[in-house]
Parts: sequence; C-alpha cells; structure tokens
Amino acid sequence: MDDLYREVILDHYKNPRGHGVIEDADATADGMNPLCGDEVSIYVQFADDGETVDEVKFSGHGCAISQASTSMLMEMVKGRTAQEIAELPKEKLLDEVGIPLTPIRLKCALLGLGVLKVALHRAKGTPLPEEWAGLDELELK
Amino acid sequence: MVATTRPALQAERLRADFPIFEQQIHGKPLAYLDSAVTSQKPRQMLDAMRTFYETSYANVHRGVYTLSERATAEFEHARGLLAAFVNAPSPREVIFTRQATEALNLVAYSWGLNNLGPGDLVVVTELEHHSNFVPWQYMAKRAGAGFRMIHVNDDGELDLSGLDAIAEEGQVKVVANNLVSNALGTINPVEKLAEWAHAQGAIMVVDGAQAAPHHPVDVQALGCDFFAFSAHKMCGPSGVGALWGRRELLEAMEPFNLGGHMISKVRFEETSWGELPHKFEAGTSPIAEAVGFGAAIEYLNEIGVESIEQHEQELAAYALERLAEVPGITLYGPPAERRAGIVSFNLGEIHPHDVAQILDSEGVAIRAGHHCCQPLMTRFGVAATNRASFYLYTIREEIDRLVDGLHKVQKILG
Repeated sequence: MDDLYREVILDHYKNPRGHGVIEDADATADGMNPLCGDEVSIYVQFADDGETVDEVKFSGHGCAISQASTSMLMEMVKGRTAQEIAELPKEKLLDEVGIPLTPIRLKCALLGLGVLKVALHRAKGTPLPEEWAGLDELELK
Repeated sequence: MVATTRPALQAERLRADFPIFEQQIHGKPLAYLDSAVTSQKPRQMLDAMRTFYETSYANVHRGVYTLSERATAEFEHARGLLAAFVNAPSPREVIFTRQATEALNLVAYSWGLNNLGPGDLVVVTELEHHSNFVPWQYMAKRAGAGFRMIHVNDDGELDLSGLDAIAEEGQVKVVANNLVSNALGTINPVEKLAEWAHAQGAIMVVDGAQAAPHHPVDVQALGCDFFAFSAHKMCGPSGVGALWGRRELLEAMEPFNLGGHMISKVRFEETSWGELPHKFEAGTSPIAEAVGFGAAIEYLNEIGVESIEQHEQELAAYALERLAEVPGITLYGPPAERRAGIVSFNLGEIHPHDVAQILDSEGVAIRAGHHCCQPLMTRFGVAATNRASFYLYTIREEIDRLVDGLHKVQKILG
C-alpha cells in the first residue's frame, strides 16, 4: 500500500498537471470505468502543423491512481505527434506510474491513455490498439 | 411464533465458528466489514455440505435407490426449513433458484410476460438493487408498459407521498421493493407498499436478499406476493437462492426454465408442466447447496434472527457515532434505529477505491463502489460510496479499526 500511494503519485493526485478543459478542442473524448465510476474527458489542441500536441488537458473524477496516471500522461504527451501517441505502448505510462497494480487498478491507471487514443483516433484517424489488456472492458463512449 | 427475550448475541464466541477468521491479511487480523455483499461461512454449514456429499449424495427426485431417497429427503428437509424461516404457508411455494437475482428474474419473466402490456405501470424504488430494477425496467419496455420510480428523501427513506400521482398515470401492475436496502441499510415499509399495491390490483415483489439474513421475515405478515432471498448472504453457500410465491400466482404462471424435472408429461405435440415447486426447478438443482442453505438456516435459528438484528443495530449505532468523529465524512442513510447493520459514507472528495485500498492494508475489508444501485448513487450525486456492513460475527473492535484506518486515509490523501 505504501508503495501504491508513494510520493510521486500523491503529488500528481493532489496537484494534477493539465487539469482543465480546452474550449473548441481539436480532439476530445470521454471515457468511464463502470466498475468504479472513474470518468475522464480529454481535450487536445494541435500546433499549426496539425499533428503535434500543443496543449492537452483532462477533466473528470476518479481514484488517486486514475487521476495521477492521467496527470502524468499529460506531461508525457505534450509536444508529441498524434501518430507517436497512438504508438505509445501502455508499458511506457505504467513505467512512469511505477507501482505494482492489480488488474482492477490497472484499468484505473490506463483509463486516461485509452481516452486520449480514442480522441486522436476520432480526430486524426490514428489506429486504436487492437489488444490492450486492461482496457478491453472499458466503456469508451 | 412465541416472542421470547433472547440473551445478547456473543459475537466473539460465534467468530470461532468461522474458519476464515483464522488467517491474517497483510499481517493483521481480518476485519470483514462486507457482509452485505456476502457473508462468511460457519463450520456447521460447511460440515453439513461435506457430510452430505460424503454420505448422502445422489440426484434428487430421480432414483428409487436408497441414496437417492436419502438425498431427496435432505433436499426437501431444507426446503421445509426455508419455508418455516419466512413463514410460508407451504414448502411447495418455495422454489430453489441460483440466487435472489434468478428468483426475481423468474417473476419478471414468468409473471411479466403474460401480465404486462401497454397502459400498465411497473413501479420500483430508487433504493432497488439492480437485480430488482433492471429485470422490471427491461420487462416494462418489452411489454410496452410504463416504468415509474418511488424516490427517497435525503435520509435515504422512501417518500410515499407520490403514490397517488403514480396511480393516476396508469394501471399499476407490479410494485417491486427490497425489504432492506443493500446500499444504505434502510428498512422499507413493505407492508404499506403491499397494501397500496393490492389496492391497485398489482402484485408486490419483495427482494429479501438483504433482509432475510438480518431481520425476522414473515411473508404472510408482509402481505407480499413474492419474496426472493439468497443463501450466500446468510451463512449459506453461493449458488443457491429461493423464491417464495403465493400459490395461486405460481400455479397460474408459465415456467421460467424448461427441461428435465419440471414436466408432467412430454409428447412430441405438447408438454405439460409439473406440480409446484417442480414446475420452476428445471434441471439438476444445486442439491448440496440447498442442503447447505438449510444448515445455514438452522445455524441462524439457533442464534435467533432477533438477536442478530439487535446485535447489528447496536453495531450500526456505534459505527454511526464513531464515524461521525472522522473529519470530512458524509454519512448516508437513516438513523440507526431505522436501519440494518449497513453504513455507507464518503470521505470528502477521496475516491472510495482509494479508501478501501488503504483500509485493506490494515486488514479491514469494506466495499467501495455503486453497490449495484446506480439510480440511488445518482440521487445522492455520487459515483460510489464506501460501505461497511456487519453480521453476527462482527465485533466493535473491527469498527474501531475501521475508524483508525479512515484517519490514516485522511493523513495520506486528505
């Protein structure tokens, strides 16, 4: 447990990076995890090249793990292209989160990344991962 | 039933009947505060199932050999215990199902398909578990009937002031309510609702899954038409539940599951149904589980459901008092004297999953989630709550550990 709520997680949970809404975002999606009621909306604004993420924000509510991991994701993807993000393996984010997660909590940790990929898929037609353990049961709207 | 004064229940002593408490979780004794979702199992029940498998197991109502007759006798003995436990007029009106959910689906399908249509209304309450909500919502939609909900007040108690307005909107045919709310512990005025339902010409369907383990049940005094309950919440095994139904209704209903055992005569042209309760028990029943269900009821009878209820009410009062000390806590539900041993709460903005996870590290098991009551969660404007629930083996010390754990949660995440 003390591992689970280690300092970096608590920092992102209590001071989430990129928390907010972008009005008229270029790409957006909402997702929820029906199991625990976590809800995340993600908003992306592209730079002039139409590919690079210039600004990215998230809103919603959920457990410390989902909020912290989504906050970390915001820092991770800013400045990357839609294609790069689409290819970003979930392990990369999980490494950053850096704590052992049970299958149930894995869904919390991956919710934000899944929603972001859906947003980019809708806006740019980037591929959605076919197999993504932990995300398969998420109700991505 | 003769009213007697019972001695206070000795939870500390009863715990010795439950092997699960012999282990530690994260190096700490298990404080199991999630009995509302499922109860732990006493040795007496486990032994009864084991002995049955080892000495009397065969299929029931099939063979003419000794073992089959013995198995049938034990199976039917269990049915008799269930019938007496809820004061059913006859064991023939008690049907074994897989759980309370299947019992409620049985009513929704077998009664609903033939009795609901456009212009009719199905009325549920905001407190329903999804198992007494979703089947009715589905069946109403399928039949073209209306679907209405009785709301709760801020204390989580049913507000019956809107009943007449509902009756004006159509022909009320079904009223569905749980006797005890699994999410808040509210004890509902089922007698009153049953009276109103019958005045409308409707049937009264009671989900008793949360009530039967904790609260003396008399289906005749309740005045209901159907009562569903489940073994696993009352010291019995998972995989078996029961439905009590009023005989004339059961007799008029179509079967639910079709197949072996539920028939009277099968010809290529037509099949006729068996007598009650067999008409509703297609296929091989959960036989040993039913025997275990009977043993669980004997165990509860030995202690006395009144004593269990009193013990839980004392625990609920103690928990409400202790939890109120925790800064930032929101408690849901009615005052202790009008609730079962269930306490739902939230700790400020801290997500229940985080609360439950930190409590788990202290060996304290509580439920965090929507408790299969999403309409109720919506009513209170939350996605989820924490829920601590008690049973005959719960002791005050476990509530103290819950409170200590919540202080720790505040320290980490507050």
